[in-house]
Amino acid sequence: MRLEPRQEPSLALTVLAPVLAVGAALALCSLLIWWAGAPPGRALGLLLKGALGSTFALTETLTRATPLIFTGLAAAVAFRARLWNIGAEGQLYAGAVMATWLGTGMLDLPAWLMIPTLFLAGALAGGLLLLGPTLLKTRLAVDEVVTTLLLNFVVVLAVNWLVFGPWKDPMAMGWPQAAPVVDAAVLAPLVAKTRLHWGFVIALACAAGAWALMRFTTWGLEIRAVGLSERASRFAGIPVGRAVLRTALLSGGLAGMAGVSELAGLKGYLTLDLSPGFGYSGIVVAMLAGLHPLGVVAAALFVAVVSIGADSMSRALEISNYIADVATALSLLAVLVSMLAPRWRIRWR
Amino acid sequence: MGVLELLLETGFWVATVRMATPLLFGTLGELICERAGVLNLGIEGIMAAGCMGGWCWVYLGGSLWGAVGFAAAVGAALGLVHALLTVRLGLSQHVTGLGITMLASALSSFAFRMLLPKATTPPKITPFAAMDIPGLGSIPFLGPVLFGQTPLTLLALAALAVTAWVLYRTPAGLALRMAGENPMAVESQGLSVHAIRTAAVMAGSALMAVGGAFLTLAAFDAYYIGMVNGRGWICIALVVFASWRPGKALLGALLFAAFDAVQMRVQQQAGLAIPYQVYLMMPYVFSIVALVVMSRRAAYPAALLVPFRKGER
Repeated sequence: MRLEPRQEPSLALTVLAPVLAVGAALALCSLLIWWAGAPPGRALGLLLKGALGSTFALTETLTRATPLIFTGLAAAVAFRARLWNIGAEGQLYAGAVMATWLGTGMLDLPAWLMIPTLFLAGALAGGLLLLGPTLLKTRLAVDEVVTTLLLNFVVVLAVNWLVFGPWKDPMAMGWPQAAPVVDAAVLAPLVAKTRLHWGFVIALACAAGAWALMRFTTWGLEIRAVGLSERASRFAGIPVGRAVLRTALLSGGLAGMAGVSELAGLKGYLTLDLSPGFGYSGIVVAMLAGLHPLGVVAAALFVAVVSIGADSMSRALEISNYIADVATALSLLAVLVSMLAPRWRIRWR
Repeated sequence: MGVLELLLETGFWVATVRMATPLLFGTLGELICERAGVLNLGIEGIMAAGCMGGWCWVYLGGSLWGAVGFAAAVGAALGLVHALLTVRLGLSQHVTGLGITMLASALSSFAFRMLLPKATTPPKITPFAAMDIPGLGSIPFLGPVLFGQTPLTLLALAALAVTAWVLYRTPAGLALRMAGENPMAVESQGLSVHAIRTAAVMAGSALMAVGGAFLTLAAFDAYYIGMVNGRGWICIALVVFASWRPGKALLGALLFAAFDAVQMRVQQQAGLAIPYQVYLMMPYVFSIVALVVMSRRAAYPAALLVPFRKGER
C-alpha cells in the first residue's frame, strides 16, 4: 500500500471526508458509551433530541454556539497567518473583565451606545492581551504557543482574585461573582422565555465580516499571504510584522467579544464559570471549519449540538458528560486526518 | 527569616527536589521528542492520563511499580497516536498536539467519573513511601535531600542519566539528534526518519506520563480532575530554558521548583498582605520570563515542526 499525491484535489472527497471523519469519531464514542453500560443507539438518539428536539433545546444549542463562533473565528483568523494563538480563553476573560469594569456603573449610556462600546472595549482588551505575546514573537522570536497558553492561567487567576476580592458582589449571598452589569448593557433575548440572546446575531455578523475581510481586502490578503509563506510575503513587499500584529488584534479582539457576549447576554455578571473552555474549543471549531470564517458557524453549531446533546443524554443515561469533550477531541483528530484524503490517493500493489 | 536562611535549610531542599521530580520527567520527555524534530503539545493531556492511569491501577488493586509501568504504557500509546498523525501523515504538530491533550484529558476525566460515579471525596490510595536506605540516608544534607525521597525521584534522575548518555554517547542518540537537525542526512545513512521519530515520541511520551503518575503515586494520594494544572505547558517552557540539553533540564526543573518552594514559604509568612492568587500566578509568569530571557540564545533543532516526506526536498 502506498500513498501518492493527486494532481487535482478530489472534490467529492473534500466534501465527504470530514463527514465520514465525524461519523468515525462518533462511532468510537459509541464504544465508550457501550463500555459505560448504555445502549449506543439510544444514546445517539437522546443526544440529537437533547440538542435539536424542541424549540427550547434548539435555542440552548444556538446559545452555546454563540461564544464558539467568536472563539472559532479568533483561532481561524490567527491560524491563517500561522500565528498560533492558544490564548483565546484568557482573551475571552480579558474582554469580560473590561466589560464588567465599564458596564457595572462606570459608564452611563443608553443601550444603543452602551452595547457597541462594551464590545469594542472588550475586543480591545482581548486584542491587547494577545499583542504582548505577538510582539515577543516578532521582536524576540519567543514561541507564542507557550506564552499564550501560560497567560490563560495568569488571566484566570486574576479573575479569581477579582471575584473573590475587590469586585466581589456583597449582594451575591457569598458567591464569588462581580456585580451584575447595568440594564442598558444587557443583550436582549432573541426568543422570548429562552436564553438565546442578541450575541448570536452579533457573532453571525462577525463571521460574515471576517469572511469579507479575509476575502476582499488587502489586509485579508496580507494575512493569508503571511500564513502561506512569510519569505515570499517579505519579497512581495508585505510589511510582515505589521500584518501579524494586525492579525493579533483581530484574533484577540474576536475572543474578547466572546467574553462580552457571554457576560452581557447570558450570565449578566463576571464569574469563574463564564467559560468552560470555550477558548480551547474554539481551536477545534476553527480546524473543523478548515479555517474558513463561514465554515466556523457550521462547525460551532456542530460542537454546540454535541455538547448540549451530550449534557442531556448523559443526565438521562447516567453517563459522565465528559463524553462531549471526548467526542469533540476525537472529531478534531479525525477531521485533521480526513483533510489529507482529497489530496492523496491510495495505491494498492 | 530571610531567603538566605531558607536556602540553608535541609527541609527546603527536600521539598524542592520533590516538586522538581514531575517537571524533570516531563521536561526530559518533551526534550526527547523535540530533539527528534517533533513538538509534542500533547504533554499536558499525556501527564493527565499518566496521573489518572497510575492512580487507577493502584485503586483497582495493582502494585505501585505496576502502576508506573501502566502509566508509561498509556503515555507511549498516546505518543504513538501523536507520531502516527504528525510523523507518518505530516499533520500540523501544533493542532495534533492540542487535540491529543484534549482527548487524553477528556478520556481521563470520563474514565474517572465512570469508575466513581457517586464519589464526593476522591478515594485515597497508599502512595510510595519515602525511602529509608541504611547508611545513605544518614549522610548529612544529601541523605535526606536525595535518599529521603520516594523511589520515583531516583528513577527520574536515572532517566536523566540514561537520556544524556543515549543522546550523546550512542549511535541511536546521534541518529535521534540528526533526525531533528537534518533528516535528509539520516535517510542517506539508510536509517528511517519516521521510525526514529516515532520511537522518540513514544519514549518521550512514556516519560511524561510517568511524571504525571508521580503526582498521584508519590506527591499526593488521590486523583482529582485538573490535577496537572499546566505543569505540562511549564515543561515545554523549561525545554527552551534548558536549550534542549538534559543537564540543563535538571537545573531548570530544580530552579523552578526552588522558586515555587520559596514563594510558598513567603506566602505562609507574609499571609494575606498580598492576595494568594498572585503567588499562584508566579510559576506561569516565571515560565514566560524564562522563555523571554533564554529565547535570545535559543537554538531550536533545525527540523523541529518540519514533517519529513521521503523523496521531497
